[in-house]
Amino acid sequence: MSTAAVELRAISKRFDAVVANDGIDLVLARGTVHAVMGENGAGKSTLMSILFGLVRPDSGEIVVDGETRSFQSPLDAIAAGLGMVHQHFRLFDSMTVAENVVFGAEPTRGGRIDRAAAAERVRSLADRYGLDTDPQARVGDLSAGARQRVEILKALHRDARILILDEPTAVLTPSEVTSLFTVIRRAAEDGTTVVLVTHKIQEVLDVSTEVTVLRDGRVSGRFVTADTTSAELVRAMTGREVEIVANPGTGTLGDAVLEVEGVSVTDARVERVSNVSLSVRRGEIVGIAGVSGNGQHDLVAAILGTAPVSAGRIRLGDHDVTGATVAARRAAGLAVIPEDRRGEGSAVTMSITENLSLGHHRQPPIGRPKGFGRGWMSLVAARTRASEQISSYDIRTSGEKQPVGSLSGGNAQKVVIARELSFDAPLLIAEQPTQGVDVGAIEAIHGRLLDYRASGRGILLVSHEISELLALADRVLVMFAGEIVAEFDRSQASAERIGAAMAGAAAAAGEEWTA
Amino acid sequence: MSIFEWSFVAAVLTSATPILFAALAGALCAQAGVFNIALEGQMLWGAFAAVAGSYYTGNAWAGVLVAVLSTAIYSVILAVGAARWKADPIIIAIGTNLLSLGLTGFLLRVLFDTSGSFAPQGLNGIGTMPFLKGIPVIGDVFAGQSVLVPLAFVLIVAAGLWLRLTPGGLRLRGVGEHPDAAATLGIGVARYQTWVTILGGGLCGLAGAQLSLGNVTLFTENMTAGRGWIAVAAVILVANKAFWLPVACLGFGAAEALGFRLQGIGAPQQLTDAAPYAITLVVLVIMRVVVTRRRTHALTPKETLV
Repeated sequence: MSTAAVELRAISKRFDAVVANDGIDLVLARGTVHAVMGENGAGKSTLMSILFGLVRPDSGEIVVDGETRSFQSPLDAIAAGLGMVHQHFRLFDSMTVAENVVFGAEPTRGGRIDRAAAAERVRSLADRYGLDTDPQARVGDLSAGARQRVEILKALHRDARILILDEPTAVLTPSEVTSLFTVIRRAAEDGTTVVLVTHKIQEVLDVSTEVTVLRDGRVSGRFVTADTTSAELVRAMTGREVEIVANPGTGTLGDAVLEVEGVSVTDARVERVSNVSLSVRRGEIVGIAGVSGNGQHDLVAAILGTAPVSAGRIRLGDHDVTGATVAARRAAGLAVIPEDRRGEGSAVTMSITENLSLGHHRQPPIGRPKGFGRGWMSLVAARTRASEQISSYDIRTSGEKQPVGSLSGGNAQKVVIARELSFDAPLLIAEQPTQGVDVGAIEAIHGRLLDYRASGRGILLVSHEISELLALADRVLVMFAGEIVAEFDRSQASAERIGAAMAGAAAAAGEEWTA
Repeated sequence: MSIFEWSFVAAVLTSATPILFAALAGALCAQAGVFNIALEGQMLWGAFAAVAGSYYTGNAWAGVLVAVLSTAIYSVILAVGAARWKADPIIIAIGTNLLSLGLTGFLLRVLFDTSGSFAPQGLNGIGTMPFLKGIPVIGDVFAGQSVLVPLAFVLIVAAGLWLRLTPGGLRLRGVGEHPDAAATLGIGVARYQTWVTILGGGLCGLAGAQLSLGNVTLFTENMTAGRGWIAVAAVILVANKAFWLPVACLGFGAAEALGFRLQGIGAPQQLTDAAPYAITLVVLVIMRVVVTRRRTHALTPKETLV
């Protein structure tokens, strides 16, 4: 059992001027859980795409079970025994679990799909690996964790012996993560080689047996998990020591900048937010925890004014903005870092300068509200302002004319954050501000948010990352099924308590209920 | 004179059948993720080809065959252009719709030395089913119909079963719903889309043949008169609820048949000509509301969370 299941030898891949992989060697021993770590842009995704046949390397060799392979497409990789669970699931929502699992390799009887056999296959695979699932359920109705199990079953149905999991915990609740890890361990004991692509250090320490760290397209460290520490992994990932930004604690609280009273939001006849009340005061960061899709986004939309409320009032400072337009709310003192960076946060085909100017284009120095030249913008002023922000926010770019869509996730997010913070609004809503952003950029963004609070403004922080909420928030509210089910003060908050409340364990959180 | 009698039901089916074929073509394409708005032009070409085929051979079935094959070939422009070469299907469809209108008018002059309409003596229409006469209800409704009328319903049921029960159907739906997912599982997305579009062309050929050799026995310029667009609207508005597709088409058939009746009792022609389209729009919108309500009900947040 000592032979390698997969060996990647000197893999190189270049996209135009960017070297994504530069002579990477990776050895995956059979029956191990091998973590591949690295910041965004370190080359993890490219390497995994090469391994799974989605991208062809410029040079290098892929050896599976001692045999050199050349993958023209994922089909070849699947045939060689590889399976991949993509970060963004590739599932058919309208079909059942069984249909998704057997799709493309269906058992048939007399030309028809043999549904009984398909369900039986799903059940036996599920039992073997401890994947709790209902073969007849419609995938569109399932939670993220259940969908992930379907993706894993898909790979297992095709007899995958090497399973690649790309950022598998990004969408899971803490308890779902625990059961995923159980599945991973069981698969490894069964002889399956699991590749875990992630940038979360704790997970690597929890579940992997070996770690390969990538930085700038090269291997920057190889470790046996049992013999390494998180500090060592961070150093390999970033090439330096990262200071974990410490929340200096609550300062003096000022007036309320946001008051939400009994707000409900109904979308397509379904109540997404039910009777939510909360307030944010100057000098305070209020966190909202919850598994994605429990109404957080709808609540933000209601405060921002992109979704109408069906009940309740919303006040920004002295202004009742319950029925106001988005523009009126922004004028009343609101800035927003949206969750969907590419769709809502930025105009991807427009330049950095244009993106940074959006919303600032009517005021000086860019806009001319009155006098000669009224209604025209000063492009010189816009460029100057953009250059200043690019350097002060450390946005890595080839120039201020570069389209935002071609920036990396972290740099695109810095553009959004620079634009929104420069409104100097009393209230900032930050929705998933560090999603898909690497460790270095997370550090910078967290520092900016704490500075913003220190300047006497309030922040409503929506995050799926409990660690982020613990690091930044003065209070944490937990949303489940459209309601706020728990509230924790900074002193009471812990990952376990928040996690339990996120999973809907209202009883467990009952004693902390202070609202 | 009574408006509602079995002959009225027969008239409804007659009017609905060409649209049923075209809507089936559009729905199959939609299942595979191809937005096919070329139905109108393909149906018009099919109607012309059917008449031309029947005229030259003296056999209506030969006309139907010519319509099916030549319309399938005509649809290759869309199939290969959109699925394989990734051109915009809307632009191609607009092009083929306009081409079809001009080409049929042009060929009418070149081949038959006439314009407007072509109804030569002795042109054979599609056979009816007189053997059904005497059977109550079925005989009243179907005996005078072309054989293509029951065929439309048979094909719709067959297509529904194929989509639901066979690997090919499952894969076709997968291609439409999430092409990337299907591709990573080894399904040739472009291949499925190409062939379903060509199949759709064949069905539009049947639609045209029923129109020119079944409903009547003649060809007039632009004789489809928007029926292909009605089919497109039906496909869009019923979305994935295939069951509602025949209902939408029958709605149009009923409206058109009603128009003829009203004309018979002296209503102004402009009104009766417009009625089917207006009524169809109303029916489609109402159906859309019904279908949407059901879908929303099926997805409450509690269910999505568990």
